[in-house]
Amino acid sequence: MSTGNTFLVLSAFLASAVEFVEALTIVLASALARGWRSSLAGVGAATVVLAGCVAALGPALTAIPLNALRLAVGALLLVFGLQWLRKAILRASGYKALHDEDEIFARELADAQGAGHVERAGLDWYGFVLSFKGVLLEGLEVVFIVLTFGSAQHSIPLAAVGAGGALVLVAGVGIAVRAPLARVPENLMKFAVGVMLTTFGIFWSTEGAGAHWPGSDASLLGVLGFVILVSVVLVRLLRRERLETVTA
Amino acid sequence: MKLVRGFGRFWWDFVVGDDWLAAVLVAVAIGVTAAIAHSHVTAWWLMPVAVIAVLWLSLRRAIRSA
Repeated sequence: MSTGNTFLVLSAFLASAVEFVEALTIVLASALARGWRSSLAGVGAATVVLAGCVAALGPALTAIPLNALRLAVGALLLVFGLQWLRKAILRASGYKALHDEDEIFARELADAQGAGHVERAGLDWYGFVLSFKGVLLEGLEVVFIVLTFGSAQHSIPLAAVGAGGALVLVAGVGIAVRAPLARVPENLMKFAVGVMLTTFGIFWSTEGAGAHWPGSDASLLGVLGFVILVSVVLVRLLRRERLETVTA
Repeated sequence: MKLVRGFGRFWWDFVVGDDWLAAVLVAVAIGVTAAIAHSHVTAWWLMPVAVIAVLWLSLRRAIRSA
């Protein structure tokens, strides 16, 4: 498998795993507080909507000329990735609270337990809507990543394989433990996803703009190393700056 | 109309988030890269340099507004 395709599968897997862990937390809270039937119905309905998005947008994206697609996708991924990377650097340097899946689960569970009971179409409506919204919103990020990564690399199926692997893994572990996956190093994974989104964003937006990387696809490794180095240096700089502010 | 505005708002928040300036600077950097590349001068180095500047600026803005 080429460097680009290996990165593609790995990036889609990591980014999707992060989103699936967050969706699992919401679905579990909904299921435990409102019942499995309504929550799983919400998961099913959201999956149908997401599959519809992929079916509608996937073929349309592959029809766009590659350079124009890479320019648009590269720009989108870069803006999107910088958002992730900024938050990850702020978390790692102590300027932003770490993402805590246990805390989010407890909050969602308390909200779901406190909500009133409304029944529609034989389902507990709160449980259905909570699961539906959670899976749809987190799933849209997965769809966005699979379609952008896959189309720019001209291989949506490979990106889907990465996302599918993440789904199987997270759902499997979730069913086994029936608890939020708090032990998953989510903050580190979010950092890695931010790095990968930014790497692909830099790579494709440059190619889409008409410039050529020395070494073609192999330079992805160089861009990746560059983004990691810059991120680590920024974390250290900001951490030191924060400590100096606290102790002053 | 409300639905369209809500849809647009969702995608704006989703992709751009809370730092529109970073998005504008990325667009400018891509435009400059395209201009340099089309005048047959090596341009691949520009985006990595631009990303350092945009990321630093975006972090400073986030810390200031925290």
